[in-house]
Amino acid sequence: MRKDDLMRAYYLMQLARGFETRAAEQYTKGRIGGFCHLYSGEEAVALGALWHLRRDDYVIGSYRDHGYYILRGGDPAKAMAELFGHADGCCKGKGGSMHLFDWDINFLGGYAIVGGMCPIAVGVGLAIQYRKEDKVVLCFFGDGATNQGAYHEALNMASLYKLPVIWVCENNHYAIGTSVARSSAQESMARKARYAYDLPTSVVDGMDFFKMQSVTERAIKRAREGKGPSFIEAKCYRYRGHSMADPATYRSKEEVEFWKKRDPIPRLKAVIQHDFDVPDEEFKALDRKARETLDAAVRFAEAGQELPPERLYEDLYTD
Amino acid sequence: MPKLSYRDALNQALREEMQRDENVILFGEDVAEYEGSFKVTRGLLKEFGPRRVFDTPISEAGIIGTAIGAAMAGLRPVAELMTVNFAYVAMDQLLNHLAVMRYMFGGQVTLPVTVRMPGGGGHQLGSQHSHSLEAIFVHTPGLLVLYPATPADAKALLKAAIRDDNPVIFLEHEGLYNFEDEVPDAIEPGAIGEAAVLREGSDVSLIAYGAMTHVAREAAQLLAGDGVSAEVVDLRTLRPWDKAAVAASVAKTHRAVVIEECPPACGIGAEVAANIQELAFDALDAPVERVSGADVPLPYARNLEQACIPHAPDVVKAARRALGATGNEHPQPVIRNP
Repeated sequence: MRKDDLMRAYYLMQLARGFETRAAEQYTKGRIGGFCHLYSGEEAVALGALWHLRRDDYVIGSYRDHGYYILRGGDPAKAMAELFGHADGCCKGKGGSMHLFDWDINFLGGYAIVGGMCPIAVGVGLAIQYRKEDKVVLCFFGDGATNQGAYHEALNMASLYKLPVIWVCENNHYAIGTSVARSSAQESMARKARYAYDLPTSVVDGMDFFKMQSVTERAIKRAREGKGPSFIEAKCYRYRGHSMADPATYRSKEEVEFWKKRDPIPRLKAVIQHDFDVPDEEFKALDRKARETLDAAVRFAEAGQELPPERLYEDLYTD
Repeated sequence: MPKLSYRDALNQALREEMQRDENVILFGEDVAEYEGSFKVTRGLLKEFGPRRVFDTPISEAGIIGTAIGAAMAGLRPVAELMTVNFAYVAMDQLLNHLAVMRYMFGGQVTLPVTVRMPGGGGHQLGSQHSHSLEAIFVHTPGLLVLYPATPADAKALLKAAIRDDNPVIFLEHEGLYNFEDEVPDAIEPGAIGEAAVLREGSDVSLIAYGAMTHVAREAAQLLAGDGVSAEVVDLRTLRPWDKAAVAASVAKTHRAVVIEECPPACGIGAEVAANIQELAFDALDAPVERVSGADVPLPYARNLEQACIPHAPDVVKAARRALGATGNEHPQPVIRNP
């Protein structure tokens, strides 16, 4: 990979991480309501998975969706405004943290029913196949989704019809507060998928951007060639609780520290430094750029307003 | 005018819409090779091929989710669930996804999905194949709910459903598939939200939908024999439903009986009755009557099942109560609460 690309990867991860720091601050200040699920720690999964997608490919995912949105190239200001519930948010404040959506980046939404978006990804794949396009749809979900019926229906149908779907399972080891060991008879998400649905699977270190992007690149190529879906299990970790409301007392300090030592951002930085001998100043400049972008996003959100109640009934049906 | 069965009218609507628009595709449980469990999709696989007409696994959530995704990406899917009871398996996709997504995403998504589901009782299919779930769908903002009673409406409304850009729950009554009636050769898509007055009358309004429309017509016939002039209003569309037409009918007759196949609690009858008292209270000479399905799961035994479904004599009785109501004689409800 070229230096410019790697520096962009570094910047996007800092932007996604910084976005979550700001979201947490604003949540604590009471400006963000409801549930707010942070992506901190998992940035390499989404960035690597999205790296080789084209603009016209589709992305769909779970409610832990700030990272997908930012790393797919979404506007942090529109995302932050959405978290504030404001009219200039990406969903006019009707979706909130769990339901970002944006055609500008073909991000088809964050969904708050675990596994609920998996059958929808099948439909998007079906439409691609029907039109004989070479696009793909990439679907993010967690280990918890693999215990849902809709998930299994979706994996079966995607394999049955050989649809261009890439399943990216973020195995962060906990479905809310219940560990994989306590919730899944088969602890390997990849095996669970491979043996039932006859599709190629990979298990990847989801804290490693390079591994994520290279495995996903293969899956994308396969899908574009009409060979059907692939499954990627990304082993990763969320640094925060399930949501801002969760102090995560079910995890040990040692466990959190173990994963933080594998943080994807310093890892990427070290590789760039090693390969291209980039001075620290260049990284600091990108850190500053991310900070400024996010400061501007917060200012944009602060300046906005909620939709007036007389517009409550808009968008329910087409005109 | 040629006569056509309800089944064949639906089949024609599907065929014509698929001929008209390449984006219309059809899938569901046994819709292709088996040609539908009620043969509504007969001949369509042969005519349009397996790309546009295909069978799915028995995966209701998968079917509805697939329809949603396909619609998001620009197709106009028609999904069939084998009976409306199977919708329970897909309720999360239907009510928590399909119905809410356009609104939740700030109007960015258009979901022209038609979900066809046969339902209703009368064939001894027991508690898991015979239910009437219309009220559940009507209760849900974001959906349109259609329930035709006649072959002509079946064809016109299915065409309208497929062309509409909103999610449509299209309910078909299993007892009507063989019902034949006149259907014009060329038929335009029906107007969603418009009721039809099937019989004019001046003494009492019988307001119904789906198979209950025929029960209401039969009751009107019986009442006519006794010199009572009943008006029959077929709602045809349950969400949105034609409040103006119902209010106009009640303004004329001053009495209303609502007939629904679903159980009474929070049902179609409750909804219509509440609106009548809001819109036409001054016109009413008697409390609005409801004739509802029994408040139990549908049993298998023929006599018990029949006791659950409203019949013309039940409607006649309710109409008589409405006609005979005086200030000091409180009507007994027909609702079969235990």
